[in-house]
Amino acid sequence: MPGRIQSIERAVAVLRLLDTADQPLELHEIADTLGLVRTTTHGIVSTLRELGLVEQIHDHGPLHGHYHVAEAARLFGRGGPDPHELRSLAMNWADSLAAQTALSVTLGVPTRVDVLVVHHVFRPDGSSQRLAVGQRRPLHASALGKALLAFASGGVRRLQGTELTAYTSRTIRTHQALTEALADVRHAGLATEDAELEADRGSIAAPVQGPGGLAVAAVAIHGFRDELFDRRGQPYADLADATKRTAKALGREVRRLW
Amino acid sequence: MVKERVVAAIDQGTTSTRCLLFNHSGRMVAVSQREHRQHYPRPGWVEHDAAEIWRNVERVVPAALREAGLRPDNLAALGIANQRETTVIWNRHTGKPLARAITWQDTRTERFVEELATRGKSELIRDVCGMAPTTYFAGPRLRWLLDHIPGAREGAEQGDVLFGTMESWLIWRLTGGPDRGSHVTDVTNASRTMLMDIRALRWDERLLETLDIPEAMLPEIRPNATVYGSCRTVVPGVPIGGALGDQHAALFGQTCFAPGEAKCTYGTGAFLLMNTGDRLATSPHGLIPTVGYVIDEEPPVYALEGSIAVTGSLVQWFRDSLELIHTAPQIESLATSVADNGGCYIVPAFSGLYAPRWHPDARGVVVGLTSYVTKGHLARAVLEATGWQTREVVDAMNVDAGPGLTLTRLKVDGGMTANHLLMQFIADVIDVPVERPFVMEAVSLGAAYAAGLAVGYWADLAVLRGNWHRAALWEPAMDPTHRDAEHANWNRAVERTYDWVRPS
Repeated sequence: MPGRIQSIERAVAVLRLLDTADQPLELHEIADTLGLVRTTTHGIVSTLRELGLVEQIHDHGPLHGHYHVAEAARLFGRGGPDPHELRSLAMNWADSLAAQTALSVTLGVPTRVDVLVVHHVFRPDGSSQRLAVGQRRPLHASALGKALLAFASGGVRRLQGTELTAYTSRTIRTHQALTEALADVRHAGLATEDAELEADRGSIAAPVQGPGGLAVAAVAIHGFRDELFDRRGQPYADLADATKRTAKALGREVRRLW
Repeated sequence: MVKERVVAAIDQGTTSTRCLLFNHSGRMVAVSQREHRQHYPRPGWVEHDAAEIWRNVERVVPAALREAGLRPDNLAALGIANQRETTVIWNRHTGKPLARAITWQDTRTERFVEELATRGKSELIRDVCGMAPTTYFAGPRLRWLLDHIPGAREGAEQGDVLFGTMESWLIWRLTGGPDRGSHVTDVTNASRTMLMDIRALRWDERLLETLDIPEAMLPEIRPNATVYGSCRTVVPGVPIGGALGDQHAALFGQTCFAPGEAKCTYGTGAFLLMNTGDRLATSPHGLIPTVGYVIDEEPPVYALEGSIAVTGSLVQWFRDSLELIHTAPQIESLATSVADNGGCYIVPAFSGLYAPRWHPDARGVVVGLTSYVTKGHLARAVLEATGWQTREVVDAMNVDAGPGLTLTRLKVDGGMTANHLLMQFIADVIDVPVERPFVMEAVSLGAAYAAGLAVGYWADLAVLRGNWHRAALWEPAMDPTHRDAEHANWNRAVERTYDWVRPS
């Protein structure tokens, strides 16, 4: 691809993020989600504000200083990749990840309230399994959800005012704990879920990042806890690497097409 | 250190030639691909340059090895799967094709095939080959070449000009070409020439006489999994152990080794093949009895084939001609924007209806239009057309395959298996589970399996079966009353396509 201009990609990613985040975001939330340094983010947001595409709230209320997308720029936020095109792109990568890890694989896309599973590959052991395509996963209690909160939705504030449903005794229940977990996810480029949705089960997910670093989907491997995590609760390095590599490869394809 | 051993498959297809490498567990480790030019010299004529395809083979095999970081001595064997019925003749001394290859899509032999019927040859052909004369097959194309290419007939009679389908041409080139290349074909490709006795698996003198083909130009017919010879170029020393027509290769790659097991490959069209064991089925419904595969000295395994002309190409039409979507996968998004077909049905009889209906004068219809119908309903109707056409072939197959052989599950492969809504709909209307394996490259895998089996890389069919893993399963979930009502609607829609083209 001959020279895409990175600052425009980033600006579009900021607009898409603000549009899909559903609530105004602070500068650091934008920077963290897109993996940008604050000064760069500030430059982009200020330019967009001067151009009338982004607005900053000045009401001395709780959202004072937050940014949201201007009505005029709403169109920009739409039109990410079609989930079924994503699945079509992901088929071979997902098959290969499942074969390599001997675990099942899912691909999830963010919705306004949760994660939609758009693709599912069985674990290749002949065991009886049911397709999860079309099912929903909670944002705070699945690896797919955490990866998307961290890299697509502007973080935990998307869930503000909602109660975090406890699925098991290990489910994250407070917004504070979730904020900390998402910081780890951003740092590691990897989200985990260790018996937080279903006893004895877990998953490891990585974001599929489109232009400007905004995640358009997440890819996850699923299995029993002891297949995924060591005794200290850390994901096995080979599984984590394989998941990240698959998500990165898919991200490259996404950026080639969008 | 143990040297890594893999098997190479050459997939010589309609638009491209690919080389794929598979390891012992049947996983693909590399792929390389080159497209070749399509020549359309006149309406209805479609040709390929066999020399260009050979040059592509010379490139893709080393390229796949490079991608995997392997060398020719890592190859245990090489197998070939090919577009069926594409016909080439060449000079055995120079190695040059006398003309461009006539492809399977080419319809120039229509009149000759009609003539065979009017000459009263249909019954003989059906008795010997198992199928009525149609334009699909290679024999009439070979006859056309002999009649129209200067020097072809004399050369063939003197033994200077050879005939082959694509696997013959490639094996001959790989094993030395003009310098003692092996001139062979496999039973599955030979079964699509209209020249082979499908029981004896030999060229049939009566058919050669009927089509006026000199026997000297024909390749020797060999099993699908057997060593044809060793490569003397490209990857010297590597044994060529397998060759099959593409759809037979997919049957083999999907490990449909037991009678009653079936696969369907969903591409622009769809091909459903069912293993019928040692029994050559006859099909009153007009499905095609064919050789499934032959392993070395073992008796032949037969199959019944039903093809659907328009499946993925209907989605392409929806995208390119109606412009209601930008990319093929978007049809699923559009289709899921509504709950059902809204009473709308599309029957894509673009060039008539074939097995099991046989109405060449039919043309496509969109029926049930009301002001309620949106493009979402049309998208559903497009996908459902593939489901119902599959159902028609399955119904015919369950009747014709013979006692005790009914479809109990369907293994699928091909690009359309990425469409979840469609796969669920197919399971719903054929009322058996539909399953997708991990390796979607069933055609190439089948060629690799045959080749690996021939050299002992894989011990037996049971090992190959063990390599088959389910990646997805769609269970039928449609209410039977609803299914029957929809089926009745589909049938009524199909009836509205009949006799549209008036005799001129």
